[in-house]
Amino acid sequence: MAHGMYYNSLYLALIPLLPLLGAIINGLSGAAIQARLDKSVIHVTAVATVVLSFVLSSIGFAKLALDPSVTAIHAHAWTFLAIGRLTVDAAFIMDRLSAVMCLVVTFVGSLIHIYSIGYMKNDPGYWRFFAYLNLFMFSMLVLVLGDNFLIMFMGWEGVGLCSYLLIGFWYKDINNARAGMKAFIVNRVGDFGFVIGIFLLFWTLASLPSGSSPVGHASLVFHEIEATLMNPAIRQAFTGNTLFHIPAITLICIALFVGAMGKSAQIPLYVWLPDAMAGPTPVSALIHAATMVTAGVYMVARLHFLFSLSSAAMTWVAIFGAVTAIFAAVIGFFQHDIKKVLAYSTISQLGFMFIGVGVGAYSAGIFHLVTHAFFKSCLFLCAGSVIMGCRHEQDMRKMGGLSIFMPRTNLAYLMACFAVSGFPFFSGFFSKDEILYQAFITRNMLYPRLGIFIWGIAVLAAFGTAYYMFRSYFMIFTGPYQGDQSHIPEEQSQTITFVILLLAFFSAVAGFLGMPEIFGVPNLFQDFLNPVFESSKPYLHFAHGSLSLEWLLMGMSVILALAGAFIASRLYKDAVHPLPEKLLFLENKIIRLAYDLIYHKFYIDELYQRTAVRLVMTLKNISNWTDQHIIDALVNFAALIGKLMGNAAGTADAKGVDGIVNAAADMVFTAGSGLVKIQTGRLRHYLGVALAGGGILVIGNYIFFT
Amino acid sequence: MTPGLPHFLIVGAFLFAFGILCVMTRRNAVGVLMGVELILNSANINFIAFAHFSGTAQTRIDGHVFALFCIVLAALECAVALAIVMAIYRNFNKLIDMEELTTLRE
Repeated sequence: MAHGMYYNSLYLALIPLLPLLGAIINGLSGAAIQARLDKSVIHVTAVATVVLSFVLSSIGFAKLALDPSVTAIHAHAWTFLAIGRLTVDAAFIMDRLSAVMCLVVTFVGSLIHIYSIGYMKNDPGYWRFFAYLNLFMFSMLVLVLGDNFLIMFMGWEGVGLCSYLLIGFWYKDINNARAGMKAFIVNRVGDFGFVIGIFLLFWTLASLPSGSSPVGHASLVFHEIEATLMNPAIRQAFTGNTLFHIPAITLICIALFVGAMGKSAQIPLYVWLPDAMAGPTPVSALIHAATMVTAGVYMVARLHFLFSLSSAAMTWVAIFGAVTAIFAAVIGFFQHDIKKVLAYSTISQLGFMFIGVGVGAYSAGIFHLVTHAFFKSCLFLCAGSVIMGCRHEQDMRKMGGLSIFMPRTNLAYLMACFAVSGFPFFSGFFSKDEILYQAFITRNMLYPRLGIFIWGIAVLAAFGTAYYMFRSYFMIFTGPYQGDQSHIPEEQSQTITFVILLLAFFSAVAGFLGMPEIFGVPNLFQDFLNPVFESSKPYLHFAHGSLSLEWLLMGMSVILALAGAFIASRLYKDAVHPLPEKLLFLENKIIRLAYDLIYHKFYIDELYQRTAVRLVMTLKNISNWTDQHIIDALVNFAALIGKLMGNAAGTADAKGVDGIVNAAADMVFTAGSGLVKIQTGRLRHYLGVALAGGGILVIGNYIFFT
Repeated sequence: MTPGLPHFLIVGAFLFAFGILCVMTRRNAVGVLMGVELILNSANINFIAFAHFSGTAQTRIDGHVFALFCIVLAALECAVALAIVMAIYRNFNKLIDMEELTTLRE
């Protein structure tokens, strides 16, 4: 990538700026537009800007795909800041990786904007919703297209802000506002790691022997760092750098991954994502399933040239991914809220993506990201449709039998379920199997066989995924309707069903872009992305898998997926099996304990509440006490001194200064009232005085001067 | 006997004294104005007398010019003062008694 040709075009900057324009228009004048004109003006502005971004992204993608000599499209807007040896430009770059991300973000984003027209139509905050959504698109595209750490970080923080705003969109309910704050604060922990990673990286690069370059290697631009590390001597010096006896590169990657853990909801920072379901459902689909939460995966793939240099960091990423995948899948077993099930499913699928990028299969991780964006946003939008159909009921136990009332939603949900569970030839099947296979044969871990262990965990998680997804499907769409009998659930408006069916179509077929080679067709997706990851190829090692091994692994995961779906169908189809009902009242202590543990999400939230939150609250109370009893006392004492001095000065002023002034005034007054008698107003008096004066002068003159 | 400078000065002094007397004793404003005219003309007599008897060839004309100025001044003063008298006549109940005109004192 570093050696290729750049095609400069400022039109690239329009991709993020168009949604920003929409956000500005709707954010500043949306209330007036909604009151005076029509809601259609708001959503036409919002949708048009995002769709235009999508069109521009497609043009950029086509340019990259059709002209192999162009490795990236670059847009340099202005120099953002220049401090010492560091220069940061406000610049965007679209290489093949960011082009793929851009297409996914703008495509899914456009569809969800259209969906929101139907979903939010009765909400008084219509303009606010679309302004936030557009602002989110802007931030996400800045994150994806930024050509250096700082611009990426600005987008990174921007999406966090929009996530906060949209989770707490219905802020009048204190719980929603709390969920927004929780997401924001948990993300701060991750972002702190990200910032430390950037600082460490810059510090390490700047302390390298500078060679011929006058500015050394200090840079925050991705492709410059990548090019620097292509030089074997510099790479040697870079990887040899240690901090606290740990290789600096490992520390950098782990710190950066902490940022990804926060944004992509990995253990132990995943707790905000289930709570984030308090936001409107289109938001859950766009931000908390398809785009923002995958930013961590994108970041690791973007920085493949760093992660590939440290097998410790790769192991760290893959292990966390695997543990999160199984952990979240298990929690998903007993959830009753439809959106919570999907939230835990998202966390679990993000774990899969991290397994992919962690074991060195970057394009497989990104491929799962893309297919996941389709099927998970489809699932969320179906859930939104179901929730609206059942009059804002989210509890799956109060649904059931909806396949009769909502046939199109039923079809879309089923397609997406097949995709997420990895049924053969649906999109999730190809992307998940690619990750599992790469995990099995990877040799990039600290211990050579660790990959097989990770594979084992991931396969179990995939089995769990099939189980809980089909559990939710059967609970919602089969059996008798359990909800409020006074109304009949019905299909929603055209905009909603159109979007979910389109997404269901993509969930079904998107996998054919990245079919594994054993089917004898080229893997288009991997071939497209390969040039991006070319530079880390020399450090990545995979065992030579055989055809039979690949078939075997694929067969195993298919069987497990089918088994998961089968068990779910036996237990939950048509709500006839007695076990789920009985489980609630079983007396067996071990089962009771396990059930409670999983149902309460392993008490992780409670654990945080007892430890981190309590610690912070204690600190808060101590500070509060210090403030009230010590700082305030000091301030009051100072105020008292001031007050006393003021009183003294006041007395001196009233008695001393005022006395002098009044005395002067009195004197003038007394003199004036004496002299006023001279003025009689009679002409002859004046004339007489004047003559007498003149006479005195004349006589005096004679007496004294002659 | 030809009259010399002292004769003219004595006439001027008498005129001045009569003028002052007139201004101080008259209650009617028009009478006061007449007294002022006497005072001005006594000054004119002095100007011309001094110019005639003690000026050099170059300065002899100066006193005459001053006298002319004085006459013009007196005319102007008269115009303004009579206007004031008219105003007083209208505003003070058709009286122009100087003893009553003490309002400006306040």
